[in-house]
Amino acid sequence: MRAIAAVLGLALCTAAPAWAEEDPDARAARWADLKHAVFGEREVADGAGIITLEAPARAQDAALVPITVSLSAGGGAGPGKVKAVWVVVDGNPSPLAGTFRFGPAADLRSLKTRVRVDQYTLLHAIAETEGGHLYAAERYVKAAGGCSAPSTKDPQLAMSRLGQMRLRLDGEAPLREGEAATAHLLISHPNNNGMQVDQVSHLFVPPRYIQDITVRYGDELVFSLGADISLSEDPVFTFGFVPQGAGPMRVDVLDSSQAKFHRDFALDVGRS
Amino acid sequence: MRRREALLVAAIAALRPDRALSAPVPAQPFAMAEVAPGLHVRQGVHEEAAPENQDGIANIGFVIGKEAVAVLDPGGSRADGERLRASIREQTDLPIRYVVMTHLHPDHVFGAVAFADDRPVFVAHARMAAMLVQRGEFYRNVLADALGIEEAGDYAKPDLLVSDTASIDLGGRRLQLRAHSTAHTDNDLSILDEQTGTLWLGDLLFVDRVPALDGSILGWLRETKALRDVPATRAVPGHGPTVVSWPGAVAPQERYLGGLVRDIRAIISHGGDIEKAVATAGQAERANWALFDDYNGRNVTSAFKELEWE
Repeated sequence: MRAIAAVLGLALCTAAPAWAEEDPDARAARWADLKHAVFGEREVADGAGIITLEAPARAQDAALVPITVSLSAGGGAGPGKVKAVWVVVDGNPSPLAGTFRFGPAADLRSLKTRVRVDQYTLLHAIAETEGGHLYAAERYVKAAGGCSAPSTKDPQLAMSRLGQMRLRLDGEAPLREGEAATAHLLISHPNNNGMQVDQVSHLFVPPRYIQDITVRYGDELVFSLGADISLSEDPVFTFGFVPQGAGPMRVDVLDSSQAKFHRDFALDVGRS
Repeated sequence: MRRREALLVAAIAALRPDRALSAPVPAQPFAMAEVAPGLHVRQGVHEEAAPENQDGIANIGFVIGKEAVAVLDPGGSRADGERLRASIREQTDLPIRYVVMTHLHPDHVFGAVAFADDRPVFVAHARMAAMLVQRGEFYRNVLADALGIEEAGDYAKPDLLVSDTASIDLGGRRLQLRAHSTAHTDNDLSILDEQTGTLWLGDLLFVDRVPALDGSILGWLRETKALRDVPATRAVPGHGPTVVSWPGAVAPQERYLGGLVRDIRAIISHGGDIEKAVATAGQAERANWALFDDYNGRNVTSAFKELEWE
């Protein structure tokens, strides 16, 4: 008899609930439908050698599943250069988690974020090249309940922190002009998707989530993100960028209540 | 003696070929420890919920006053609750007037259904009510999947909500209830049995079994620090031995949680990410705790999310 975890609970499981989607054929059919819904008749090729997607096989917390998208050859060049990445959580109520579009200040090797996962599901990351080709990478994740997982433990703190941002640089090497670096961008936002309950009123909280994020270095685009309800609460993005000039790193966020948040991060960049 | 008779009855009933047609087999009482006069504890096993253990994985028990009985956590499933009720009836015929739920986790409260006919006052932290709306259905599904829908049991909607402190009287025996700030969960309630100086902590205290973080790691450390000053000489942990000395027994938990905070802060300050933290933080404690690998990664994930916003 298999031991059954997750009864201590949290909204996360480490063993299969009976209602989870376990049938590989059903999963493949679901992906075929989604692919058609997002990309129409366009061919989506196997991304082996071009794009990889990493995620824990068993999520520690279904409301916070870290994913890493890696692009080979620095994202390619010429017509093979990657210009956008889609992230799809097949089993979620709203499967298209986000679309990243890259600009001239991006370093394309890797991109990380955190998503909610509602049931055992395939995840997909799809790269689109300048030449218009699509390449998909796939990953199966065991997690459940992430979409209705409780929002923050402290709603007052969450509202007082709404829209605050932090930028941390990866590693301790100083930034050099023209040399790729990696940053972690933290944005405080409850990202309520309409499935969480207010602690005081016991009513469901209306959805309020981040829709658009634009990150620029100086005037040059690093990336923009069109997002949906599958991003985690207080989302975090780890991305590569190539500093040219004095900056600053400029971040603009728009949420579904049409609230706008802006922050400039001054970075100390040395000359090579 | 009464316990032996009950065992005999259960054994005979199990042997009867027509038992499917006869009255249901009475629930078999637990072997319980009387850790202070009139305060009885059943020790949970250090396992995950499974049909074999009926989700009897948490420490549960009851207190007997002159006029009434209070249940302190009704158990992890219908069967777990029924056996706890049978254990009470082995000791006393006094009415079961209160069922106190220390927090919403299923291993502590899904036995509540077994006490419905006693019409007790169900007592909980004020914030448990919201958490029921949020997670109740999810917990029901998970536990039904583990034990079967009939066996899973259910929590009870709390009647008496504690938002700060309260006390209940069992007749010459007062229990002080205290609603805590977010710690193990956001709805932890502790109980002090004044008469015996025994502190019932639910999952504010884990001994031997690795602590599970579902609230705030800094909050948990703050709350345990404050609890050290409570005038009690012994405590009942939510998981671990039936009784431990207070406040000494909280030291390993503080060391584990404090170590996680230190490890994660160091990773964050060096630009590390959550995956790195999951792989390394807390690993020095691995040999010290049961079920470490099942919970440490999750604890780190939760703590990282909290600490990256310090």
